[in-house]
Amino acid sequence: MTFLVFLPLGLISLLGLSLAAGADDAVMYGHGLLMAAFGFLGVFWVISRDGDIGGPAKAVPGGVNYNDAVIRAGLIASTFWGVVGFSVGLVIALQLAFPVLNLDLPWTSFGRLRPLHTSAVIFAFGGNVLMMTSFHVVQRTCQARLAGGWAPWFVFWGYQLFLLMAASGYVLGVTQSKEYAEPEWYADLWLTVVWVVYLLVFLGTLWRRKEPHIYVANWFYLAFIVTIAMLHIINNLAMPVTLTSTKSYVLFAGVQDALTQWWYGHNAVGFFLTAGFLGIMYYYVPKQAERPIYSYRLSIVHFWSLIFIYIWAGPHHLHYTALPDWAQTLGMTFSIMLWMPSWGGMINGLMTLSGAWDKLRTDPILRLLAISIAFYGMSTFEGPLMSIKAVNGLSHYTDWTIGHVHSGALGWVGMVSFGAIYFLAPRMFASEKLYSLRLVSAHFWLATVGIVLYASAMWVSGIMQGLMWRAYDSLGFLEYSFAETVEAMHPFYVIRALGGLLYVIGGFVMAWNVYQTAKGRIRDERPYESTPAAPQTAPAE
Amino acid sequence: MQTTGTEFEQVAMFAQTWGLVYLTVMFAGVLIYALRPGARKKFQDAAQIPFKED
Repeated sequence: MTFLVFLPLGLISLLGLSLAAGADDAVMYGHGLLMAAFGFLGVFWVISRDGDIGGPAKAVPGGVNYNDAVIRAGLIASTFWGVVGFSVGLVIALQLAFPVLNLDLPWTSFGRLRPLHTSAVIFAFGGNVLMMTSFHVVQRTCQARLAGGWAPWFVFWGYQLFLLMAASGYVLGVTQSKEYAEPEWYADLWLTVVWVVYLLVFLGTLWRRKEPHIYVANWFYLAFIVTIAMLHIINNLAMPVTLTSTKSYVLFAGVQDALTQWWYGHNAVGFFLTAGFLGIMYYYVPKQAERPIYSYRLSIVHFWSLIFIYIWAGPHHLHYTALPDWAQTLGMTFSIMLWMPSWGGMINGLMTLSGAWDKLRTDPILRLLAISIAFYGMSTFEGPLMSIKAVNGLSHYTDWTIGHVHSGALGWVGMVSFGAIYFLAPRMFASEKLYSLRLVSAHFWLATVGIVLYASAMWVSGIMQGLMWRAYDSLGFLEYSFAETVEAMHPFYVIRALGGLLYVIGGFVMAWNVYQTAKGRIRDERPYESTPAAPQTAPAE
Repeated sequence: MQTTGTEFEQVAMFAQTWGLVYLTVMFAGVLIYALRPGARKKFQDAAQIPFKED
């Protein structure tokens, strides 16, 4: 039965070969060959495992035979892409401070490396973390093996192929110029196929669950998968020039295009970087703290109010544009309403530690998870503030936005992902424990100081930039030329790059720790002393 | 409900009035579902699900 997978794999190879054969441009030629290689390698891989993909599916005494192999692959991929994405970020931060680093080459210019950085951290690092943790959480909370034999592997490798096509395309100048949706039409279609299989694997696992109640983390994951499918398909509606060309034209135009793009863009933040990672929070924080979520009822209100409100917030990216005024106000109003569910969720996550705060002293993994929730609270306070039109008039198009995004991305998304990676590494690689908790602590401090440098530099630089742009002299002339504002930002760009450097070093420390854990090694180090157990009081509900 | 005006204004008016009703009803429904006293035990048990498997 498993060998039926040869049929789709063969079709993918044929499709790739015909794209390469008729290619209108060099990039399509390369990507066609990449697709063909994917199909061929897939066939060889299935044969080499004698059709036994995903490991033996027989029952294990006393439990479920979980599919952990695909999670191990996800751990390696997340760590790898994390280090790559952070490093490219450091390069472009240095390019902004020292433009000579653009090297005067098209492939290394800021304009091409910037989408490489954003896609590598959001979709490659974040996406792999989400797929890996969703596969872990859905199996454990449903007490059921992941649905499908080859399907989870197709999701994993198919997603890596999408990432390779996207990343190589950017460097070679192939982009549809939509922020966070830069990949061209054929890569978008490929991702759609992968994503539908991902949804089916997730739903199939929920379907065969032994636990009657679907745990709240799965609801967040499901909202993430379904909404991203909808956003991705609609925002990427485009007409290719020919079926063998990388170039396409978007179906929308003008303000409709802008609204569709930012409906997509903001919900990529809301459902990819928030809902999905809240799924991580609702499972891994209780697990690591060894106590149930503060209020399960609050988590239900958090979920439904978050997803119903988030979807309307996109227009705040288009204040003072051709978008109708009422639609701008609507986007702003919904953004402000988001304060409530976001802070409800933050309180729910942090209060889970109530009565166990002492663990922060002895458990650096829990410390990563706790600070991620604190950053979630901080950036979801800042976001609605910046969506207010009067504030946005100052903040928009300045570095303040960049600082805001990074306190959310480095602080919330990054830290909660690191926590999940450290939680999973020893369990998935069947090691007794993590290689080193001291290195986790080092990572924690490197990342935290890095974010503080980054965010505070961008606050100062952004507000300064906004004020300089709007400064008039007594005769009504602009006080500063644009180049003067650029010059004034230089010291802050250097501080930002320094913060980024610390964050990148932290990423490498994590990669080393995960690698050693996978090898089953344990570092000889002073252990964290746990304090004598305090008298337990019953948790309030 | 406005019946005159352009098609755009009609759509905008519809969104601004019935949108409010729709979201209020949804939110009330969620609150009732989550906070109804009969579900206390169910949700307390649900919060323990992560601890059933490693």
